[in-house]
Amino acid sequence: MTKVSHNNFTVKFANVNGTGSSSANGMFMKSIFRMGIPVVGKNYFPSNIQGLPTWYEVRVSDKGYLAPSGSVDIMVAMNAQTYDEDLASVEPGGYLIYDSSWPREDLMIRDDITVLGVPLANMCNEKFDSARARTLMKNTSYVGVLAALLEMDTTVIEQLLLDTFGDKKHLIDANKTALDMGFNYAKENFKCPLPFKAKPINKTDGYIMIDGNATAALGCLFAGATVGSWYPITPSTSLMDAFSSYCSFYRKDKKTGKNNYSIIQAEDELAAVGMALGAGWNGARSFTPTSGPGISLMSEFIGFGYYTEIPTVIFNVQRTGPSTGMPTRTQQGDISLCAYASHGDTRHVCLYPANPEEAFYLSVAAFDLAEKLQTPVFVLSDLDIGMNDWMIKDLKWDDKFKPDRGKVLSSEELEEMENYYRYLDVDGDGVPYRTIPGTNPKGSYFTRGSGHNRFGGYTEDASEYQDVVDRLLVKWETAKTLVPKPAVSFSKNNDIGIISIGSCDDAIREARDIMKKQGQKMNYLRVKAFPFTKEVQKFLDAHKTIFVIEQNRDGQLAKLLISETAVETKKIKSIRLYNGIPIFPKDVVEKIQTELKAGKAA
Amino acid sequence: MSYIKKPKIIRDSDPRNKLGMTFDDYEGVMSTLCAGCGHDSITGAIIQTVFDLNIEPHKMIKLSGIGCSSKTPAYFASQSHGFNSVHGRMPSVATGANAANSELLCIGVSGDGDTLSIGMGQFSHAVRRNLNMLYIIENNGVYGLTKGQFSASADVGSTAKKGAANLQTPIDPCSIAINLGATFVARSFSGDKEQLIPLLKAGLMHRGFAMIDVISPCVTFNDHEGSTKSYLSTRETKREAVYTDYIAPFSEIEVQYEEGSSLEVDLHEGGKVLLRKTDDSFSPLDRSQSINGIKEASDKGEVLTGLLYIDESQPDFTEVENTINGALNSVSYDDLCPGSKALNELLDNYK
Repeated sequence: MTKVSHNNFTVKFANVNGTGSSSANGMFMKSIFRMGIPVVGKNYFPSNIQGLPTWYEVRVSDKGYLAPSGSVDIMVAMNAQTYDEDLASVEPGGYLIYDSSWPREDLMIRDDITVLGVPLANMCNEKFDSARARTLMKNTSYVGVLAALLEMDTTVIEQLLLDTFGDKKHLIDANKTALDMGFNYAKENFKCPLPFKAKPINKTDGYIMIDGNATAALGCLFAGATVGSWYPITPSTSLMDAFSSYCSFYRKDKKTGKNNYSIIQAEDELAAVGMALGAGWNGARSFTPTSGPGISLMSEFIGFGYYTEIPTVIFNVQRTGPSTGMPTRTQQGDISLCAYASHGDTRHVCLYPANPEEAFYLSVAAFDLAEKLQTPVFVLSDLDIGMNDWMIKDLKWDDKFKPDRGKVLSSEELEEMENYYRYLDVDGDGVPYRTIPGTNPKGSYFTRGSGHNRFGGYTEDASEYQDVVDRLLVKWETAKTLVPKPAVSFSKNNDIGIISIGSCDDAIREARDIMKKQGQKMNYLRVKAFPFTKEVQKFLDAHKTIFVIEQNRDGQLAKLLISETAVETKKIKSIRLYNGIPIFPKDVVEKIQTELKAGKAA
Repeated sequence: MSYIKKPKIIRDSDPRNKLGMTFDDYEGVMSTLCAGCGHDSITGAIIQTVFDLNIEPHKMIKLSGIGCSSKTPAYFASQSHGFNSVHGRMPSVATGANAANSELLCIGVSGDGDTLSIGMGQFSHAVRRNLNMLYIIENNGVYGLTKGQFSASADVGSTAKKGAANLQTPIDPCSIAINLGATFVARSFSGDKEQLIPLLKAGLMHRGFAMIDVISPCVTFNDHEGSTKSYLSTRETKREAVYTDYIAPFSEIEVQYEEGSSLEVDLHEGGKVLLRKTDDSFSPLDRSQSINGIKEASDKGEVLTGLLYIDESQPDFTEVENTINGALNSVSYDDLCPGSKALNELLDNYK
């Protein structure tokens, strides 16, 4: 795979959670970013407040690959509990930094790596008085060690301290002291720099580092969402935290100081989605962020929203299932669930962002789609997209954008009508006209999840019932023309294709580059939405073999393609990586090669 | 069609309210409940209430859950938007609707099954938020649509139609609501419109969560001897704790009560609630007296009715949340979207 070189390596930090390591690790990553070198961070953290192992992995990649490499070149081993496995995970020729305040005998187990001991605790105990500072500053000190080993631009790190701590001078001073301490120790005791280092280049201009929950929240803000209801659940919580913080700044009524929005922390997810639907019905752009268990709870209401045709947006920041599963690990395990959530015949529009950049644009698109189609729309992100910091292009906003509220009748339009009926398919596209309460008494109708006819009346009549559910299928066909088209990379010379989804994208991009070097070229389509558009069928038709790569055990995307397109089942080769860790390019390559070999042998 | 529109016959002589609307204008489709169902009397009382209060129908929304009770929003105010949600989940829909537009009056109709079992959580949290709505529980102690199982409000010893007695302790919505911090709690009887209509008016005009528990006998499954929620039993056991009148804004108080026995509570919309006590030890302005009063009556086998608790001083959900008054969709998009310049400035924080 990729050989270690300047600007091309992975540093992994092994810490104990609750010790303040994440800010130091973030500082290290951001400094690399500010040196103009593409970088990405992956946080492997426990579902716990304090005391359990946590890892942070920073991949530095001058080519801008954003998937985790799957190998560790420098390990900062700060957790005795996981020391053995951390030691074992370092690539031959790599480095391990540890706190030598407490020397350990088993240091010598590997002679194919370089072990660097730094007395971090001793140094910090001498310099700092409080227990908290002693703990925190150990983290900053190892950043100093790395800065020396990798010959990082220390002015960049110092500027970052100023930007981070603002007017809190004591924090700036303490961090600067700790940084220098680590830096000087490394300079005096080790050969600096290492054979590979971080060399300033110019590849991060026009980029930001941000997580996908923040960008999804920005999408809600810019789309004009006004009501957000939610129940705290990892890994979606920070989406509403971000929305709340943006709103408190951008959404105050200038005259009264009152909120032009309402954020409701519900009693549970059953209520959260009920609130979102109530708000959507009553004219607000509404949304609710959650994760898999929340979708399970919301399912009854989701079917209600589908059948009564109420717009709202549901963010599912997926985590590892089933059941409680691993709340702090990533997966794409809710593809089937969201496509068909709820009892009876239901189908839902789903959007699948691949990274925080798309989480922004698809979140904006979701609100328009929900209102144009008058139905709940899902945005399926995942923990990797939602909670990890990614390097993405600067988000752009077109000030000419106006939200498309869909077919909503105004008071004047209602006045001109003889009669208004909620579920009449006037235009033949399966999307009826809706009215918003408070507009005009002529627009009143009764919303009900029980059988209703095209006029909005209660019915138990066979043909009246069927008339409405069949019309919903017409709407589904309309949805196919409105949802985002897939991202396609196609050459007619290739007869093998890859279809994938969401956060698999970067690993696949890199895997394709690796395979290309080995002489194996493959086309690639990434679905961005359900229902599948005609481009998906075209891609399926154009290939003899299609690898469907996804992060769940059961091949949910592969099954969805088989049931929702006209693809020949035998063409589909399902590749599934689902251990809760973002997928590695090398694993994708290996799985494909195994399949190809098996195919030839057969 | 399986629903029946009521024939609308309006005569010149029909009384009209200040909006020029007749009583018929506030009706809904024909009820499909059993003949004699208490719920239909409540529907009639609601129609009278909104007619008298001159409510613009499109400025009101009516919501419900699932069950016999939850059918009733279809039977009144056909010019108002209605929402028949899922079982026990009407409060969350009302909360979202209120967040979207706090200006609309909101009537929620639920039942003892819909509120006190599956809906207990959402009911409690709507109370806790002091959501500005009138929440009516049409309470008959049984599940009607599934043919007569006891609900959580059935009294110990009350018998089912086939004779089996309920053994589990009832949940009293009024005590629970007062304990949870409700700001308007009343109990009434579907067979007593004179009491019910002023309570509905006061409840609808109250700012915050107004709950009225209305004993509403189920003629098919719970109106027999041995039932404590039959017409006969309710008539015999109900005791009015306090007489309530609603006085509209700018109206004169016409009745005179004895000094010391009456109380006035000013409502935010300008009207008043006029209360006349029947018992010196009970005041609906005192939470503990109210809870004790309900308990003592219940111990004696009585059903305490009337306005049991009122507190007009508490901020409602909209005020606590500091949300603008009115419809959020009336805010122009330009005021909602920060725009490209703000976005670019914001991105600097992520560099």
